[in-house]
Amino acid sequence: MNKKFTKPKSMKDVTTHYCSGCGHGIIHRLICEVIDELDVRENTVAIAPVGCAVLAYDYWDFDTMEAAHGRTPAVATAVKRVLPDRLVFTYQGDGDLAAIGTAEIIHAGNRGENFSVIFVNNGVYGMTGGQMAPTTLLGQTTATSQFTRRAEKEGFPLKILEMMAILPGVVYLERTSLYSIKEILQTKKAIKKAFQSQLDKKGFSMVEVISPCPTYWGLSPVKAMERIEKEVVKEYPLGVVKELAG
Amino acid sequence: MNKKTTQIKIDKEKCKGCLLCLKVCPKQNVLERSKDLNKRGAQFIVIKHADECTGCALCAIMCPDCAIEIEENK
Amino acid sequence: MKKRYLSTGNEACGEGAIRAGCRFYAGYPITPQNELIAYMSRRMEEVNGIFIQSESELSAINMVFGAAAAGVRAMTSSSSPGISLKQEGISYLAACELPAVIVNVMRGGPGLGNIAPSQSDYFQAVKGGGHGDYRLIVLAPATIQEMFDFTYESFALADKYRIPVMILADGMLGQMMEPLEFDEDIQPSGIVEKPWVMTGAKARPGGSIKSLFLKGDSLEQHNEALQEKYRNITNNEKRSETYKAAGADIIIVSYGTIYRIACSCVDKLRQNGIKAGAFRPITLWPFPSEEIKSTAKKNTQILVVEMSAGQMVEDVRLAIQDDERIKFLGRMGGGIPSEEEIVKEVNRLVGECRRGDPCVLS
Repeated sequence: MNKKFTKPKSMKDVTTHYCSGCGHGIIHRLICEVIDELDVRENTVAIAPVGCAVLAYDYWDFDTMEAAHGRTPAVATAVKRVLPDRLVFTYQGDGDLAAIGTAEIIHAGNRGENFSVIFVNNGVYGMTGGQMAPTTLLGQTTATSQFTRRAEKEGFPLKILEMMAILPGVVYLERTSLYSIKEILQTKKAIKKAFQSQLDKKGFSMVEVISPCPTYWGLSPVKAMERIEKEVVKEYPLGVVKELAG
Repeated sequence: MNKKTTQIKIDKEKCKGCLLCLKVCPKQNVLERSKDLNKRGAQFIVIKHADECTGCALCAIMCPDCAIEIEENK
Repeated sequence: MKKRYLSTGNEACGEGAIRAGCRFYAGYPITPQNELIAYMSRRMEEVNGIFIQSESELSAINMVFGAAAAGVRAMTSSSSPGISLKQEGISYLAACELPAVIVNVMRGGPGLGNIAPSQSDYFQAVKGGGHGDYRLIVLAPATIQEMFDFTYESFALADKYRIPVMILADGMLGQMMEPLEFDEDIQPSGIVEKPWVMTGAKARPGGSIKSLFLKGDSLEQHNEALQEKYRNITNNEKRSETYKAAGADIIIVSYGTIYRIACSCVDKLRQNGIKAGAFRPITLWPFPSEEIKSTAKKNTQILVVEMSAGQMVEDVRLAIQDDERIKFLGRMGGGIPSEEEIVKEVNRLVGECRRGDPCVLS
């Protein structure tokens, strides 16, 4: 009996701490599938964020560092400069990347650092209890936007990819999601493209994955996926935001 | 795929009962929620009608917890 | 008319600030103080104050800088790693003599640490975590009630001396729940005129709030003025508390929630015939040196107990100047010293000096 579908080699055989229906589990697996397919497990150095995915090193069977909250791109910059032939990527949530780490991500992109970023946008701070994030939608209720998020007080959902697109050093940006098999496979393709562009030394690449947070959206896992399909992608349109040829 | 060549294996301790697999299964009758709870207290997924499964693996692709494996006897 | 609530420390702290007239809060999510930022996001709206969840703790402290310079009572809160991010901003607040309140609900460290309670940020709070010769008034609550009271009082202290005040609470105070009581129509206290605020130079020359002093010895003079302020605070604002300390053979010195454990140890030890007492600084800066000296006279033994590797113990040594009498018991990384551990250690210390042989827990 050989396996038609099984856990990727780069993934440890453990049960994760993620909530039921959380998108992190899917994205973790996709990354490991890509790393297996590119056969770079022993050549990969990942940097995990502070946030729900802070324990990623318990699930990935490749070298993973834990950076201070928001400082992941700074750590990755140094690792990639010191080890230019390794595959280096950061895995960050919307709090880590779009809030406390905004300066770090913009300047890493502007320097054209040749590493990849997997940016998990689930619209809230999961680890600390469902607070508003820069990516929280207008009208969405969270622990710190109890009167829903209002543009005039809490500002607008932040479009990181669109902001990063104007930076010349940024070569590849794509936004994908997980709400259907098609989207999951597209996410895997985007991750592979980002990693391949890094291996081809093209420059900074980032994939933003719109991911469900059933617990703090107050929805069942199935309903959370539907919310992405019906609501979130309207604010965060899917597709390639930037792709430099050559 | 008429002859039964594939087989689903579910790790009931890894399953967290999110039901996303049920959402994407094209056959809708292959899997169902069990009455019992696993060690984590989740109502895990069990196989209802194995013969209706075509081995397409969509459930395994959607599963956030690597709880589903598809085996193929060549 | 007093009303009783069952409240977490985080929410008691938030309400204390609101009742003190705090109308600007900037914060960022971090366990164990998430309830405070959530509470403020609701309460500030209800009292027409300003709430901002900033992009980081570093920006939050600088928002507090702006609010304080514009004359509003302003506060931020965080936990250990976040407080580290605020150190530069705190140094600027101190340098510019801006009143502000900073709440640190301490968690296990260093690094990302954990979310268990700790007291390992004592040095950072009282010795200056940021650059330059500056001080903060640091208050250490031990109860949910004090989370309300000390936060309420901190705004008056900050305005009175134009100084940032830090509430240094051990992690459990954040999420623990206890009764809370306060006068329903309590009003802000210690309101002072603030001629120095930046509100636009109407019919006066443009002013400035800054901490750059390049000319000659202007910075040294500025530091002199700050030190004069700190001497004044040291003479007037020391606070401490004792429990059955009179004539005690041994004093347990601790602060925050550990003082509550120490007091129950004192009762237990006294039942076993050991004359123990307890002392706690309430202001960690200014440190109550004279008070601890008068409490633990010549031959009284001292056991300092902290949730750290030993930080406040250094200030006790400085105050007492007799290391022989001072012993330390600590738990690190979120560990909490238990009653048994403290009682056992006191028995050992008292046993050692009384009968000369190692003492077994009775």
